[in-house]
Formats: sequence, structure tokens, C-alpha cells
Amino acid sequence: MIWDREAECMPEKQRQQLQLDRLKAIVSYAYENVPFYRKRFKDKKIKPEDINSLSDITKLPFTEKADLREGYPFGMFAVPRKEIIEIHTSSGTTGKPVVTGYTRRDIELWSQVMARALSMAGATSDDIIQNCYGYGLFTGGLGVHYGGQKIGATVVPISAGQTKRQIQIMTDFGTTILTSTPSYALYLAEAVNEEGLSRKVKLKAGVFGAEMWTERMRDELEKRFNLHALNIYGLTEIIGPGVAQECLEKTGLHIAEDYFYPEIISPETLEPLPEGQSGELVLTTLTREGMPMIRFRTKDITSLTRGVCKCGRTLVKMSRITGRSDDMIKIRGVIVFPSQIERALLEVKGVEPHYQIIITRPHHLDEIEVQVEVSQKMFSDEVKRLEEIRKKIEDKVESAIGLRVKVTLVEPKSIPRSEGKAKRVIDNRKL
Amino acid sequence: MKVKQISIFLENKKGHLLEVVDALGKAGVNIRALSIADTSEFGILRIIVPDPDSAKKALKKGGFTFNENDVIAVGVSDRPGGLAAALKILSENDINVEYLYAFVTKSEERAVVVLKTDDLDKSIKALKKSGISILQPKEVYSL
Repeated sequence: MIWDREAECMPEKQRQQLQLDRLKAIVSYAYENVPFYRKRFKDKKIKPEDINSLSDITKLPFTEKADLREGYPFGMFAVPRKEIIEIHTSSGTTGKPVVTGYTRRDIELWSQVMARALSMAGATSDDIIQNCYGYGLFTGGLGVHYGGQKIGATVVPISAGQTKRQIQIMTDFGTTILTSTPSYALYLAEAVNEEGLSRKVKLKAGVFGAEMWTERMRDELEKRFNLHALNIYGLTEIIGPGVAQECLEKTGLHIAEDYFYPEIISPETLEPLPEGQSGELVLTTLTREGMPMIRFRTKDITSLTRGVCKCGRTLVKMSRITGRSDDMIKIRGVIVFPSQIERALLEVKGVEPHYQIIITRPHHLDEIEVQVEVSQKMFSDEVKRLEEIRKKIEDKVESAIGLRVKVTLVEPKSIPRSEGKAKRVIDNRKL
Repeated sequence: MKVKQISIFLENKKGHLLEVVDALGKAGVNIRALSIADTSEFGILRIIVPDPDSAKKALKKGGFTFNENDVIAVGVSDRPGGLAAALKILSENDINVEYLYAFVTKSEERAVVVLKTDDLDKSIKALKKSGISILQPKEVYSL
């Protein structure tokens, strides 16, 4: 199913022209309507007229999350507040939340890109979408809701939790599309299995996102639910979910690049990287009215691939997010992301992603210790088995990052959990 | 025939063993037999208690990592060579011992050896056939 064939399958040249027209327009719009951008542009001695090609975008300054916090609550809006018809915020685990405001046209845009995303998962007006993303300030719930309604599908706005009820609805209503975080979907799958109801589940696709996940989790979800497990990507600052979505080919997420212009930069030099190389994703909203974002640094690490997809779309594809540039650590000159270590851990059966990375430099050489909590599932009464698991984790991590690490098994809950996000890296190097 | 044993993960940190034992004590769990396997980084505490369920409840409440598994308890005569006789039978039957620990009972003239092998059922059969006494769970819990 292709929701907007003309836009999604547009020849590359034609799309570039469209992107350039929109880029020029949004840059002058932002310059004229948001004091923050005007000041930033002036600091860099840039005027909207300086943008004459897509590559000129690199002349523009970046926007970061901190800038949005500074403008809290409505400082980044480009329209009077009364034209904003909806507001969402990010979770705000560190400091003030990030606020994003939508005009009526922005909500229409959001509905469009989400309709595209759900269509990529095969959704039509015949489908029943069980939407387990949270409704409220979080963009997940309403994003799927708007997209599902746009398509004309039947949306069940259940949010997360109440597993028994989820299963009852899934089997009684005959839900065909599940939208949730992948971890909650796995949890649901287990619960369905325990109740012996797997055969009554009619799911054909799952649209999973809002957290990092792995190919292994995809296999697991597809096996347990007998569906297509697809990746969705988005962020509050840009619009919410719907920025990119995987089609049934499962070879990357198609970015709605006619609305969100992507770049990949080196998180170190901030210079653009050639196609195919892995780096930080930077996004520019090409048509947002309420809150235009110019070169927003997502901090998400991915790579872009161009070309015509087997599904027929020409929209550029981004790979699964492999890390966060603000988590990036350099060990013995090698760039390492905690998420690489996390994925390696998840490859070992029974191991849960509760870990901490401790870096020291005892003798002029960096050493990494990975402390892993011993879960009930991986624990054994035999020393031999625990040693085997420890060794296996060391091997997996080494093959993931190319460095030998020392794995230490620790008791559960010995790794401190702060509100929401755990502190993953402790750098004790004295540099 | 098989006896329930509870194993608990111990991080090598000061006071961790005390925490576990304390949690069990407060829950009124009496430890019948105990052994600790230790490596340079962690240890495994293995215990046999009369009421495994209340022990598990207490451990869960305390947030410890543990599991329950089967072992066999063999009664060997409390004299030189007593243990050797039992081990010889296992060896002859090609059974590997994963670990064992022993304790001497108060009342009787025998020692009890707790055994974990790579094949418990085969071990029980072989030991029984050779006339070595295998203790019933009830006997062990009430020692």
C-alpha cells in the first residue's frame, strides 16, 4: 500500500527541486518569524537569500535540544500562540521538557506522514489498529491516532498497560495492526502465549518504535506474533512519529524527505558525511508552520541509502538507529556506543540490558569493564555455567566493538537507576 | 528422592552474605545445610532449608537473584572411605559430579553428602543399586 504514490515515488530530480523550493521558503519563514533563528543567522552572517541549492543548507547553523529548552515554553513558535491548536512535550528526563506546537496545517501534515507510515505496514481502511502508544503529551499515541483515522482504519486508543484487556480486545476485535514499543509487544506476546490464545491473534503487522531495538527482537516478535515487525522513527522536536517508517522490505526506514530534509554529519567535526556513512542525523522541517526546525541535531546515529526501493518508493532510507552521538565514547581511539554493547548483551540468552560501562586508564591504556546484572533467567547454581555466560558476553561485546572488555557479574539492582534513564557510562580516566 | 536446593548469587562485596542470611533468618527460615562456591568475582551460596517456598519468598522480597534446583542427598557411613565408596559408583557409571558438600548429622553415625551430578536420575539408580542410602527430602529437611 502506498498512501501518496506521487510524493513517495517521485523521481529524485523532481523531489530535489521540491525540497529546494521548500527549503528556501522555510528558511525565510523562520528568519522572519522566529527571533531565535534571525539572531543565529545574523551571528553566522547568513541571509535567507544565500540558500540557492540544497547543499547550501550546510551554511546554516544547527539547532539543538538545548536551544529549545532555552526558548521554553513558546519561544520557538513562528506563529501567535492562538494559531497553535495542539501542544506536545518530550519527556524532559533532564531539565525542562521540550515543547512543540502544531497549527492546524501541522496536524494535517502529521496525519499525512503517519498515514504513509501505517500504509507502509499494510494498513488500509479495513484494518483495526490497536494503538498501545501512550496518549497524552507524548506524541506516540495521537500520532498513530491521526494517521489511522486519515486512512479510515478503526483505531482502538487503548494506550499501554492493562495487559489482560489488551489481549481480550486483540482477540475479540480481531486487531490486525499493533502499534507499540517493541518491548511492550514482546511482553504482550508472552502473555498471549501464556493464556494459550496465540491462535486467536490475527495481527498482520506491528509498527514498533519509541525505543532502540534489534534485529533479534524483530525475529522474536515475528515468530511469536506471526506478523511483520516494522520500525518507525520520529521525534517530538520535528513532529513526533512519522518522520520515517520501514516498508515490508525491511531494509531501512523511508524518510518523508519531502517534508523532513535529512543530512548525516560527523558528530565530531560536524561536517557532512558521504552517502552510506554512519553519522548523526540532522533534520530540517520543510513545511512546519507552528515550529520550524532548521538543521536540528537529532543525536541519533544512522546512515542513509538512496535508490528505488523494491516497494517502488524513491524516498531515502535510513538504517536502524545504532546509537546516540551524545553517548559516544572513545576508547583506545575507537568510537564506541553503549548501545553496541547493549545489543551484544541482548544476543546472549537470558541476559537483560541492565549494565554499566566503567572506563579506567590504569597504565596509560584504556580498560573497559562491563558490569552486567545477573538476572534470574541467566543465573545457575553452577559456577561453570555462570563463567560460560560471562565469557560469552565478553566474546559478543568484542565482536561488536572490536575491543576486549572485562565483564563482571553483579547483583541485580546494584547498578543505580536514576529516574527514567540509567547512567550507562562511568568514565574514570584521568586525561 | 530429589531434594530441593536454593542457590543465591553473591557479588563479592562486604556484607552481601550477611544480607542474604539475615533476610532468611528474619523470615524464620532455618538453614539445614549450606555451601559457598566462590570465584575471584562472585560466589554462589547453596542452601537446603525445610521450607523452600518461604525461603524463596523472602529472597524475592529482598531482591536477590536465586534459583531452585534438585540435588541428591546420600547417607554415607561416618568413617574413612565412606565417601569414596559412593563416588566410585558414580565414576563407574560414567556420571560427572558437578559439585558436592557434606555435613555430619548430630544424632546418627553417618555423614550426609549433597550431590549435584550431570544426570541425577541415573545417579539415584546407580547408587541405590549398590545399596547406598539416599535420603528422602523429609529426612534431609528435618536433620
